[in-house]
Amino acid sequence: MITAATLSTPARRISYRVFLYLTCTVLAAMFATPFFWAVSTSLKDAGSIYVDPPQWIPNPIVLWNYVQAMQLVPFHVYFQNTIVITVLAGIGRVFVSSVIAYGFARFRFPGRDLLFVILLGTMMIPDQVLIVPRFLLFNLLGWVNTFLPLIVPAFFGATPFMIFLGRQFLMTLPRELDEAAEVDGAGPVTIFIRVLLPLAKPFLATAAILSFQGDWNAFLPPLVYLQNQTKYTIALGLRYVSGLSGGEGMAGLPMDHLIMAASITALLPVVVIFLVFQKYFVRGIVMSGIKG
Amino acid sequence: MRLYTKRKLSGFLFVAPFVFGFLAFTLVPILYSIFISLSKYTMLRPPRFAGLVNYETALFGDPLFWKSLANTAYYTVLSVPLGLIGSLVCALLLNQSIKARNVYRTLFYLPAITPIVATTLIWTFLLRSDFGLINVLLGIIGIQGPKWLGSIAWAKPSLVLISLWGVGGPTAMIFLAGLQGIDSELYEAAHIDGAGALQRFWIITLPMLSPTILFNSIIAVIQSFQAFDVAFIATEGGPANATLFYVLHLYRNAFEYFEVGYGAALAWLLFMAIFFLTLMQLRLSKRWVYYTSA
Repeated sequence: MITAATLSTPARRISYRVFLYLTCTVLAAMFATPFFWAVSTSLKDAGSIYVDPPQWIPNPIVLWNYVQAMQLVPFHVYFQNTIVITVLAGIGRVFVSSVIAYGFARFRFPGRDLLFVILLGTMMIPDQVLIVPRFLLFNLLGWVNTFLPLIVPAFFGATPFMIFLGRQFLMTLPRELDEAAEVDGAGPVTIFIRVLLPLAKPFLATAAILSFQGDWNAFLPPLVYLQNQTKYTIALGLRYVSGLSGGEGMAGLPMDHLIMAASITALLPVVVIFLVFQKYFVRGIVMSGIKG
Repeated sequence: MRLYTKRKLSGFLFVAPFVFGFLAFTLVPILYSIFISLSKYTMLRPPRFAGLVNYETALFGDPLFWKSLANTAYYTVLSVPLGLIGSLVCALLLNQSIKARNVYRTLFYLPAITPIVATTLIWTFLLRSDFGLINVLLGIIGIQGPKWLGSIAWAKPSLVLISLWGVGGPTAMIFLAGLQGIDSELYEAAHIDGAGALQRFWIITLPMLSPTILFNSIIAVIQSFQAFDVAFIATEGGPANATLFYVLHLYRNAFEYFEVGYGAALAWLLFMAIFFLTLMQLRLSKRWVYYTSA
């Protein structure tokens, strides 16, 4: 880390700091401009989307666009579907991952190390490689066009990296905790639920947030498994809406403001959750990155 | 003794969901997919064993296989190095003692958590050749912007540009953690020896960070070989197959033309390509990665 102490003269220090803040601000502006432009467009009336020079602050501000965008396609259904999938898969993923992690972190049994190597191995297989046979499997089970392919695997440790994260976290908790509870007559299940889980809150929060983000943003799996429009998630619905503008959907009317409104609505939940739980996002990424 | 066996059993029971999930959703699909990749299978009729026909078709009878592989390689060669440099720059900036560092970190990170469909639609709008903001801004400084996603030459660079919007995300955070792990005494020692800021970056930061660079590079190559969403949504592989990425080709064969057997073979070839590239990077890493405690 370059600290102020390692820089010599005051003049150099000041110019260095100016350079630093300038670079940061320019970069931040580059990252933020697409958002700003999307929000701005989403609030314009159809006539002022394409004016030259570009209109940064919409005038007039048309909030009605958001209502209209939500009515283009049944977005409330897509929201419901996405929430059902995200919540159920999230519960399964977080809870079952911790249970499995507990088994790996605290018990010795024949085949454990082999299973752990398999776990690490499955982390290396890209999901795309298995999407075809998984589709065939779920098709055979009659699960295509239901939420089951997106939810059930989460209850069976389908996110090995989360199990790995949980195991690493549980290993940092002292075993004396388990032993003390055991002396008091607690069995393995009680120890897990009453002693370790309350202490594992940072892991649970990280896992819940990564799970939420992953399911909310997922595109290829719902695209493959959900073909019926009433089953669409927000991601699929959003793509469907964007397709309307290219075709004859709205009889040639400009739709970009509505598409931007729909996009902003779709990204808002993730952004809000990110802003509130930021530290858990970053912690999870860093834990997985350094130790993986 | 009985207690010991009981503990073994309960340990296994806790892990059991993973065992079942692995068998049902990974191992069985792997085996089945090997089988169908060796079969003629179009979903209308049951699979018939056909040997290596699908693999031969891919390598010798399908020009789009090579086209999609070349597109993916082109995208990887551009997006991975640029993305790593971008992430590293973000991490270096966030590693300085600046006020409101959290605000900058949040702004840098936000694009990476945006749902990919929203990202794609926002950028499609920004990159429109006629009224898109980017071309309008370029026009102000007197540059006639290209047709971006609509042009054969610019379509892939456009997708690279979109991918670069996310450089402030996870990769940058992993770099940042790596930077924070470097012993500050090294910098102080180098400073006393008279090394300038740039020199300190070359002789301390880069070597000490090289394991993190390797990790991020491996992950980035794997991800870029799986690129699908943006090309599927924004360009549908066009114009003239300029953005037909490998996974898009796979998806079309398996789920649009119902050539399931061929799709499975393409998936295995993808796996081999990724495996080979990862192995290569690990091999080459011996020449440039520096481990302090190896």
